[in-house]
Amino acid sequence: MIRIENLTKRYGKKYALNGISFEVSKGEIVGFLGPNGAGKSTTMNILTGYQSFTDGSVTVAGLDILDYPNQAKQNIGYLPEQPPLYLDMTVTEYLNFVYELKGCTLNRRKHIAEILQVVKLTDVRGRLIGNLSKGYRQRVGIGQALIGNPKVIILDEPTVGLDPRQVVEIRNLIRTLGLDHTVILSTHILSEVQAVCDRVIIINKGRIAADRRTEEIAAAVSGNRRLSVKICGPVKEVIASLRMLPGVLSAESIGNLDADSNSYVIESDNGIDIRKPLFRMLAANNWPMIGSEMAGANLEDVFLSLTEKIPDTRPSKKQRVNLLNDSR
Amino acid sequence: MFAIFKRDLRSYFTTPVGYVYMAIFLAVNGGAFSLFTLLEGDRSSVRNYFTAMIFALIVLIPILTMKTFSEEKKLKTEQLLMTSRVSLGGMVMGKFLAAYTVFAGTFLLGCINFTALFEYGPMNYDGTASEYNGAVLIGSVIAVLLIGAAFVAIGLFISSLTENQIISILVTVAVMGLFLVIGMLNSSIPFAPVREVLSWLSIYTRFANFTYGVFDFNAVLYYVSISFVFLFLTVRIYEKRRWA
Repeated sequence: MIRIENLTKRYGKKYALNGISFEVSKGEIVGFLGPNGAGKSTTMNILTGYQSFTDGSVTVAGLDILDYPNQAKQNIGYLPEQPPLYLDMTVTEYLNFVYELKGCTLNRRKHIAEILQVVKLTDVRGRLIGNLSKGYRQRVGIGQALIGNPKVIILDEPTVGLDPRQVVEIRNLIRTLGLDHTVILSTHILSEVQAVCDRVIIINKGRIAADRRTEEIAAAVSGNRRLSVKICGPVKEVIASLRMLPGVLSAESIGNLDADSNSYVIESDNGIDIRKPLFRMLAANNWPMIGSEMAGANLEDVFLSLTEKIPDTRPSKKQRVNLLNDSR
Repeated sequence: MFAIFKRDLRSYFTTPVGYVYMAIFLAVNGGAFSLFTLLEGDRSSVRNYFTAMIFALIVLIPILTMKTFSEEKKLKTEQLLMTSRVSLGGMVMGKFLAAYTVFAGTFLLGCINFTALFEYGPMNYDGTASEYNGAVLIGSVIAVLLIGAAFVAIGLFISSLTENQIISILVTVAVMGLFLVIGMLNSSIPFAPVREVLSWLSIYTRFANFTYGVFDFNAVLYYVSISFVFLFLTVRIYEKRRWA
């Protein structure tokens, strides 16, 4: 559905994108993951024809976007990072405007009513967009992207700034959209990718660092074991004993939040579950453990583990070393 | 293009901008009209009235154009326009026509004032001893409409350069003012070729002909060209941004 080959975008001497290539097939939900300034938005802007590129080629639904910009654009619905909303229009007026702008030929009334239903905006359709909350505005933005029923939907950080309930709603919506559209979304939240996407493309400094199925990401992450625990007991002795446990790589105190307990972060070898020996050791010393939690992996961990552990043919070894250095 | 035209035209009247513009324009227009024609008695002259109106446009037109592109840029709605199937030329033209419709509509509405001249019968309204002459009126109205087009185009262009509406309005006033007074600087410039070029560029010098009842096709061509040049430059600005 989308093919990007060797895409490069340069601002003066600075490379925003440096030769990225990937393909997205029909019906996939792909997540772009990467830190700020990695090139996620730039890639999306190029895909949608908002920006041009320096080198490479972009094909959408078999149409080169330089040769057939209008036909290619017709296949894409785009929600930019900031939803492009006119605050002085009502939701219905706005969607009608986008309908005309895109030169849509579907049955207008029916199509817009359908979209209002899909993005759950029917109740507020007569209200001014300027008076809507952020979550609703985001949904108007998604509704706008759906007009004309494009084959590809591109969403740039669709859940940023929403409250947790709205985040869940938008994610559900995206999963629904994935049933009959190809969806590309960008994010810098790992759990979002895991919740929504089939595939993840990790971008850093304008290059693709990894391109994996979501399950592989999960596997790569679970190799890292990091446990955070709360223990009542003398700090120095506890740390010493923790470090004595088999398979523990490091144990650090991260301060005491409660009056009589202290929090620790323990990192252990892959494949070793230290929770049981930990419990026995604490019980033997009569130090009560009042809390424990597997610390979630963050983007940086995934990033490191993916570029380190999974053999990747795309970036050369030297590039990978550079990426690692960059991310530290 | 039509979608953008419709949306922009509507937005003038869903926000206060259109009403504010119309109110100020009609007040200034009516004031200038009574001052230079009805209240002047024997020295009554539509020429002074039209001249005053053209100078008033320097301040009035930026009210219409200040937010055209600046606001799209600030709200990032230009991203929607530029990723839709509308061409950049269509986008600029749609916005131009919307602003121009408000300008021309309001101006023509103000022309109702002229009925007062008919009411009072033949008079020397052009400052000379000539008889009452409808051609002068019509010619001048057409000229103002054309100058308005040039000014709206200049305003759009400057609006496309900045996302700050205040800067947009100030620079537009300055540029239009320059185009108007450029011919008046002439006397202080010692070089004939420079004088020639400046008076060729001046919007006002060309307008004077119309107030004498001469329909100057050169001037018409000039005003239309100015409009096109600035609309073209606006398209180029967007093209450049896409390719930057």
